Amino acid sequence: MAVEVRLPAAQKRVSEELGTGSGLHLVTPGDTITTDTGFMRGHGTYTEDDKLVASVAGVVERVNKLICVRALKARYNGEVGDIVVGRITEVQQKRWKVDTNSRLDSVLILSAVNLPGGELRRRSAKDELAMRDYLQEGDLISAEVQAVYSDGALSLHTRSLKYGKLGQGVLVRVSPSLIKRRKTHFHNLPCGASIILANNGFIWLCATPKEMEEEAGGFITNLEPVALSDREVISRLRNCILALASQKMLLYDTSVLYCYEASLAHQIKELLKVEVIEDIVMETRQRLLEQEG
Amino acid sequence: MAGLELLSDQGYRVDGRKAGELRKIRARMGVFAQADGSAYIEQGNTKALAVVYGPHEIRGSRSKMLHDRSVVNCQYSMATFSTGERKRRPHGDRKSSEMTLHLKQTFEAAILTQLYPRSQIDIYVQILQADGGNYCTCVNAATLAVIDAGIPMRDYVCASSAGFIEDTPLADLSYVEEAAGGPQLALALLPKSDQIALLEMNSRLHEDHLERVMDAASKACKDVYAVLDQVVREHLQELTTLLGDRTAA
Repeated sequence: MAVEVRLPAAQKRVSEELGTGSGLHLVTPGDTITTDTGFMRGHGTYTEDDKLVASVAGVVERVNKLICVRALKARYNGEVGDIVVGRITEVQQKRWKVDTNSRLDSVLILSAVNLPGGELRRRSAKDELAMRDYLQEGDLISAEVQAVYSDGALSLHTRSLKYGKLGQGVLVRVSPSLIKRRKTHFHNLPCGASIILANNGFIWLCATPKEMEEEAGGFITNLEPVALSDREVISRLRNCILALASQKMLLYDTSVLYCYEASLAHQIKELLKVEVIEDIVMETRQRLLEQEG
Repeated sequence: MAGLELLSDQGYRVDGRKAGELRKIRARMGVFAQADGSAYIEQGNTKALAVVYGPHEIRGSRSKMLHDRSVVNCQYSMATFSTGERKRRPHGDRKSSEMTLHLKQTFEAAILTQLYPRSQIDIYVQILQADGGNYCTCVNAATLAVIDAGIPMRDYVCASSAGFIEDTPLADLSYVEEAAGGPQLALALLPKSDQIALLEMNSRLHEDHLERVMDAASKACKDVYAVLDQVVREHLQELTTLLGDRTAA
């Protein structure tokens, strides 16, 4: 059996390669941002004897009179209209609790889902009893944020055929700050897989479905075996996404696709090696920069 | 004193430090990908690892839930291989439970818990190698981990121990100095505002000396702060460079 031995290479300091950040206002907790009282206090700050003090480590952002500090890594902060992927943690009276990497579990109310048998159907007591048949603990769903409650919890809905239960595929978890906000977060990539880049940092990879199953309201999962070629594409995409995330690259359809193309020179398992990751991510970075002009 | 001279006539300690000098501190943030925040710190030969999860939904019993702020849940443990003699129980013994409570008190004072009602913040700290000042190292590690997790804090919490040997206050005690059995004091400080998050003292110390020992400890805490702040800033700089374009927008 061939054994591969590698020495741990010291990670290069990236700041030396890319040049240091350009005049950003970085603060750490306890730093005074301003002593001027004419400003409004935003997220990541607090006031103490007329001083505006940072409470997280991050970048200061000013919008007119409002000062906020954006932490570089934090839990998902939901906004109405965001696409999320989440896991059911609990089935309650008329609602499911969903873990969406948020500060509190999100809720999916029974009346906010498409039940089998058409859009306009009354939710009866029978539906309430059969809730666990639709979604049970541990199931993954894609959904949209419908509302944000005062304590920061999210209310979700799946009232479109795009959303619903997720069947066979791979879930990759990255920091929510790495997902670029786009018009659409559902993509059918030309390499033969579908990807959901959810705003909460959960990324769902699956084989592109052949035809849309209707009527089921997205609660019936296809349990046909997935072809080996599809599984290989999905594995490669997964490793590419982890590579991009480890180098803190923004994730969106183009960056994922470019990274996928850059990775084709390597075997799938090689994409877990640090040197290869650095190579393909550098190539992706270059290509994105060229494209921007 | 039998045999061991803790402070030489020239004013040097056993490991060659001056009275007010700290041990070398090395720290790294973001060591784990899975946790929301993590940090590793070495203070001399004392090594600690801290991870933070949260704020997230309350796990376990709902009765712990607070409606106006978040619950801070801490766990202190020592690796079985961390001490000279192998430990039987890595956590759950009396000393660890006490340490857990101290950590909880310290971080409830520093984290802005009222921002996250009904949620829970978990802080898990483990000592990998114990060479004195375990509590202080844990606090420093946990501070870095909490900052890494992006959880709002009033200020850094910096901790340092201090002792009093041969009429001299010593900062940042090592295991040998702790084991000598003199008075020792652990201080957790919010350095910008000079507020005390936790103060603990073992054995007897004359009232007249207390102020000097406290001063030595708070000076040490501020020195720790300077080092930790440096680490956080470097980490921040690195991340913003990597993230690049978005920060400019």
